[in-house]
Amino acid sequence: MYYQPDIETMPREQLRALQLEHMQKSVQHAYDNVAFYRASFQEAGVEPGDLTSLEDLAKFPFVVKQDMRDAYPFGLFAVPKKDVARIHASSGTTGQATVVGHTASDLKNWGDCFARGIAMVGGDENSTIQVSYGYGLFTGGLGAHAGGEAMGCSVIPTSSGNTKRQVQMMKDCGTDILACTPSYALLIADTAIEMGYDPATEFKISGGIFGAEPASDNMREEIASKLGIQYCDVYGLSEIMGPGVAMECAERAGLHVAEDHFYCEILNPETLQPVPDGEWGELVITTLTRECCPLVRYRTRDVTRIISEPCACGRTHRKIDQLRGRTDDMLIIRGVNVFPSQIEQVITGFPEIATHYQIILTTRGPLDHVELQVETEPDFPIDEIRRIEDLKRRLGVELKSNLQVSVEVKIVEPKTIARSEGKAKRVIDLREGK
Amino acid sequence: MISQLTVFLENEKGRLAAACRTVSEAGINMHALNVADTADFGVVRMLTDTPDAAAEALLAAGYRATVTPVLAVRVPNRPGGLASLLEFMDEQGTNVEYGYCFSVNEDMAIDVLKVDGESNIEEKLVAAGFEPVQPEEIYELG
Repeated sequence: MYYQPDIETMPREQLRALQLEHMQKSVQHAYDNVAFYRASFQEAGVEPGDLTSLEDLAKFPFVVKQDMRDAYPFGLFAVPKKDVARIHASSGTTGQATVVGHTASDLKNWGDCFARGIAMVGGDENSTIQVSYGYGLFTGGLGAHAGGEAMGCSVIPTSSGNTKRQVQMMKDCGTDILACTPSYALLIADTAIEMGYDPATEFKISGGIFGAEPASDNMREEIASKLGIQYCDVYGLSEIMGPGVAMECAERAGLHVAEDHFYCEILNPETLQPVPDGEWGELVITTLTRECCPLVRYRTRDVTRIISEPCACGRTHRKIDQLRGRTDDMLIIRGVNVFPSQIEQVITGFPEIATHYQIILTTRGPLDHVELQVETEPDFPIDEIRRIEDLKRRLGVELKSNLQVSVEVKIVEPKTIARSEGKAKRVIDLREGK
Repeated sequence: MISQLTVFLENEKGRLAAACRTVSEAGINMHALNVADTADFGVVRMLTDTPDAAAEALLAAGYRATVTPVLAVRVPNRPGGLASLLEFMDEQGTNVEYGYCFSVNEDMAIDVLKVDGESNIEEKLVAAGFEPVQPEEIYELG
């Protein structure tokens, strides 16, 4: 049930001692071999020797995405070229691409991290894992592939695309575990059903490891029930490694961080000061074992919280909660932090409401005013005003209890809310002074 | 029962005009129109020639439109015509969700009622001497 039982269930104190030992080595390694860190540490007035406890890390400066762009391509590499085993790159859709290198040891650790998640969904060396993440510069495909090989699984590298063949392979080869993005998992499930199969009962598949994009609880439920599997959420980012930084065990209450390889802090995104365990904030990660691209306090911009309570699965590594969104998406409404993803979550609980929505923020007197525009599904009985008013009321109550902020619900005509091919514009902020 | 066209509109300037224009451009004539408004939206109910075609034209133009079965009853155009009908509905325990009326000529008016649930109210009305209107009669009014 564990892939590396000694590490995964290591007593906390011992694990913290291991983290400190790795952190001291890694920070020294970064300082010795990367000019960027020498300069940024100097500017902040710190040296690797100042790190005498895990808490001392808070004195060190951050690394942000822009630093990685500025260092393109090899500015943050800490090993000579001969030790670089592989290079991955981010898509660069929002700016200059970033490049991340891996040594052979980095790749081995990556495989181990992902393999822990395979064990979490009940996989072992007898399992067949189908990797339907894209292979290439994107870390999903090769990351999951490395995990499957580390565990000793039979790996089917279908990559993404050709969905009917994916289904056929899944059925004919007796795939036990599927690894891909949540949206692709749903497409595979729906395609299998269209082809006349009931994958939940007719296929051998029993586990799924899904990540790299957000998915609502309802979507997770739908995937798990259509495929008849245990759903494992995987967190990772290419700057840090790729999928496997944190993975969700069978308890389904958070993702265990591979704490022997990564040290996590949660910061208030406004003050950049650490928040107590359990409070939401920006995830900041320090790599502890990475040789090629060690990162000290990388600001992920992902918003989550630490779940420090012991987990019933027996793993001692602390968990992070399902991501709530990106700090870039966070809205501060009447002093309350609100993420569009929270609103989306509430909307998906109302089958009468279509998934398109728009949030309009305005100032009314001294206060922020929030209007949520939604459309009804085409089959909703619009002839009955009582039903429409009741729907508005129920949605408003549910939003208030989830967000702690009053929201005025407005039901609009279809197509009032602009559709877009890519990322939809969900928030229109018309507040004064914004 | 006759088919009534129902359209959901935002309570914004010009929306009703635009919806009516869409119906007219489909070459469809209107016989009655009623708007139920709230602060931010309105529900428009119309009796038209070919209500299904009207709904299709509106849907194609991006409106939320549907066809709703309603009861239409011919009543004499004199004081108490509607009151007698509503009293009868009340005696039968039939709840009326909404209603509107229009005069056809000096002698006759038509009362349109949305009644709750599925019932044999039309048969009861006929038995009691009322005159429920058949669809073709409405559509021929124009």
